[in-house]
Amino acid sequence: MILAAETNESLAQMSNTLVYSSMAVYTLAFLAHIAEWVFGSRSKVGRTAAALTEQKQAAAAAVSVQVKGAGGTTVLDRPKVVTRAAAGARDVPDGPGAAGGTVKGDLYGRIAVSLTVLAFALEAAGVVVRAISVQRAPWGNMYEFSTTFSTVAVGVYLAFLLAGKNVRWIGLPLVTTVLLDLGVATTLLYTESDQLVPALDSYWLWIHVSTAIFCGAVLYLGAVATLLYLFRDSYENKLANGGTPSGFARSVLERLPAAATLDKFAYRVNAAIFPLWTFTIIAGAIWAGDAWGRYWGWDAKEVWSFITWVGYAAYLHARATAGWKGRKAAYIALIAFGCFLFNYYGVNIFVSSKHSYAGV
Amino acid sequence: MSKTETTDATDTADTDRVTGDDAAGADLSTAPREETTGGPTLGVVGWIRWFWRQLTSMRVALILLFLLSLGAVPGSLIPQTSADEMKVADFKKAHETLTPLYEKLQLFDVYSSVWFSAIYILLFVSLIGCIVPRTWQFVGQLRGLPPGAPKRLTRLPAYTTWRTEAGPEEVREAALAVLKGRRFRARAAGDAVAAEKGYLREAGNLLFHLALIVMLVAFAWGQLFKSEGGKLVVEGDGFSNTLTQYDDFKSGSQFGVDELEPFSFTLDSFTGTYEKSGPQRGTPRTFEAAVTYTRGDGKDEKAVIRVNEPLEVGDSKVYLIAHGYAPVVTVKDGRGKVVYRGAVPLLPIDNNITSTGAIKVMDGYRDKNGKPEQLGFKAFFVPTFAGAGQGDMFSQFPALDFPVMALTGYHGDLRVNSGLPQNVYQLDTSKMTQFKVEGGTGVAQRMRPGETMTLPDGAGSITFEKEIKEWASFQVSQQPGNGLALAGAVAAIAGLTGSLFIHRRRVWVRAVRGEDGTTVVEMAGLGRSESAKLPEELAELAVALTATAPPAPEPAAPESADPESAAPEPAEAEAEASEGVEK
Ligand code: HEM
Repeated sequence: MILAAETNESLAQMSNTLVYSSMAVYTLAFLAHIAEWVFGSRSKVGRTAAALTEQKQAAAAAVSVQVKGAGGTTVLDRPKVVTRAAAGARDVPDGPGAAGGTVKGDLYGRIAVSLTVLAFALEAAGVVVRAISVQRAPWGNMYEFSTTFSTVAVGVYLAFLLAGKNVRWIGLPLVTTVLLDLGVATTLLYTESDQLVPALDSYWLWIHVSTAIFCGAVLYLGAVATLLYLFRDSYENKLANGGTPSGFARSVLERLPAAATLDKFAYRVNAAIFPLWTFTIIAGAIWAGDAWGRYWGWDAKEVWSFITWVGYAAYLHARATAGWKGRKAAYIALIAFGCFLFNYYGVNIFVSSKHSYAGV
Repeated sequence: MSKTETTDATDTADTDRVTGDDAAGADLSTAPREETTGGPTLGVVGWIRWFWRQLTSMRVALILLFLLSLGAVPGSLIPQTSADEMKVADFKKAHETLTPLYEKLQLFDVYSSVWFSAIYILLFVSLIGCIVPRTWQFVGQLRGLPPGAPKRLTRLPAYTTWRTEAGPEEVREAALAVLKGRRFRARAAGDAVAAEKGYLREAGNLLFHLALIVMLVAFAWGQLFKSEGGKLVVEGDGFSNTLTQYDDFKSGSQFGVDELEPFSFTLDSFTGTYEKSGPQRGTPRTFEAAVTYTRGDGKDEKAVIRVNEPLEVGDSKVYLIAHGYAPVVTVKDGRGKVVYRGAVPLLPIDNNITSTGAIKVMDGYRDKNGKPEQLGFKAFFVPTFAGAGQGDMFSQFPALDFPVMALTGYHGDLRVNSGLPQNVYQLDTSKMTQFKVEGGTGVAQRMRPGETMTLPDGAGSITFEKEIKEWASFQVSQQPGNGLALAGAVAAIAGLTGSLFIHRRRVWVRAVRGEDGTTVVEMAGLGRSESAKLPEELAELAVALTATAPPAPEPAAPESADPESAAPEPAEAEAEASEGVEK
């Protein structure tokens, strides 16, 4: 391990400049998303209500999925697959997205995404330059965790977009929280670029901390989807029961994907990351075994990782338990993410733990 | 990507149940069925059976998981004896009213408390009670064959149909080949082919839960057989791994002393370096203990122990835990005879290694009248002194930049033989008198290395030698079961990955002669509700099958003219409420 390496002041300065620039661009992306939502509100679609009333009238049917390249003229060259809704699910179309199908809204939405790409590039560069300036993994203190955390969250979101997934609805909440995260990081948590204390200096740092940050970022996306699911689900419930949601709900929630879609997205994200989170904890235990002579000692950080893990296990169980699917499972997922957040902010700042780092 | 054209569908009550003609979705997982029936009926046996069924139900497992995480919380907020006894003592002093309550609730030992143990033991009993029957069921499923096709395939979550000129026999044979080619377990069943894939999901899930049990066993094993001891070693000194050599030693209830690994080592040198400038000045950068160690066989080997790099000798690991300074002092009596000479390890009290300790001269000293007496010194040491008049004796930097030691001398009885265990770093002055100069002020002196403090009335002197040694403290742990725990962990991750990423699904292909003489091919798929890829996979299978069974031209106009339209289109197939499928 190289510890003698001097931290390079000018590179560290450059990293800060990059992070500040990314904040500026994220702010522009935030404004563009706002414009997208505002222009999108001019469209009055009301598809959900329509779909729900239709369902009441005709007890019929099915959702059909047209598989790619379907529909020849006379000869079917690819069969059409008809799918039915999952049992008990309300079959409501996904909302049209923030832009609400308006051209102007869509334009601003695209601008917002482009700006997000730029801001992401700047922020990622900031993280990399910081790593070069300290000649180690850029995860030695909370400032560094926070910047990497939001970089990864945005990166995963952009990767979803690139893969053609319908995730633009996450744009505004994500950019908003990224700005908050960076604001807190640069003001309250800022730590001069520096070397690590010996206990942190191990290749397990690369493995354990990188997966922890990645898990956190992805679980965050899952938590946003879960939260929106709860709102959208109440909205749909209200409509289905003949209620009239407020104008705000009708404008904003109407444009989100259907509750079932949000729920599925959240589940996939959470389930996909759960094995990695399990690995993260185990890697941490192995590291603790090397550093402190015991692989599990119920230290505050370990306790809260464990609680988070059990929380997500409970969530996955709830999804497989009759009577616990849907909203109840969603609450469990939110509590589990709350535990993750507490483990990050709460334990690092308020609870004394073996895992306290130099300068927060 | 697929494009979704929606119509509408809902069902009201009919959820979570396989309805219709057959058990197409039966046994698609081995999850225990939820019992909604009321309480027990049949006496004691009935009660036991009822209790057992409750305990092994998913609902109770869920509640126990929830309790487990809730129960873990207080241990992270209240100091724990297992982690830091000093902190527990401080807490008890500060909260006199809470302490008895906390003690009763075992809140200072949450993770070994009766109630916490009860939660996880119940959870694991539930787990065993759950996976044993699930495993049998799964073995049965593996032995059996995929269930035959439901009568109405249109009811299933994914469905497709077309007509072809190829004969039904031919289509079924091709379907069997296509499905087997894609590693489905497939069989012909009447006029249809039934196939199933993704059994590894269940296997993975069972493996995961089994691995949890393995990890718990490994953990318990480690607790019972582990040993853990601490030893402080000054540079140049050695340690050999026997019980008497430890400063402190803990072991599990099943540990036998003869199980200690035979080895010894000498601390050749300790090196600590610290950040010299910047806001993190003083933050440690390297800690290295260079040692020479000998295994049972007597051959010397060199090694460097660092914070993250313990020395492994057989089953034991030697960890570097802490370090500090051990100034060398020489004490002489009034006649100039050396009565004590040695390195005195002092304990750090802050990050800059301001240290305190005691020097005890137990025998060999005689006062000016020739009467045997004991001497004791309270020592206060700073590696980097701020400078005279610069406030207190608190170190400014952890390295030996400007070492200063302050000593206060006492004579009398050290009470080391009083029967009470004595802290080597503290002086019991209850039977001692402080050396005083004439007129009354106590003798305390700040000294630089090389300086000597003369005790009043010809009582002798103490010299702070130029040589200042460092000490390091080590933890020697022997914890069996680590390998097993690791194996369990790896199996858990592997099983979990299989369980969450593999989808278990069934596909049926029915081919029958239609009224117009052509063959009607129907394909349907059924999976757990979370599997979104099912329709796509079904389409791909259908495409593969059309190689043998190409679609015949439609006699009538096709239903959907404009596949691009996002508008609702009339329902395909039969207009019935969709069916719930037990997931
Ligand atoms: C030590 C406590 C336990 C933990 C940490 C745990 C964790 C998990 C996890 C993470 C999954 C998700 C895998 C998936 O969705 O396929 C799962 C699934 C499952 N668990 Fe557990 N589990 C525990 C105890 C139990 C118990 C006591 C039972 C028996 C009632 C049980 C029955 C199941 C079943 C049936 C599934 C499969 C659910 C499905 O098919 O989706 N588990 N468990």
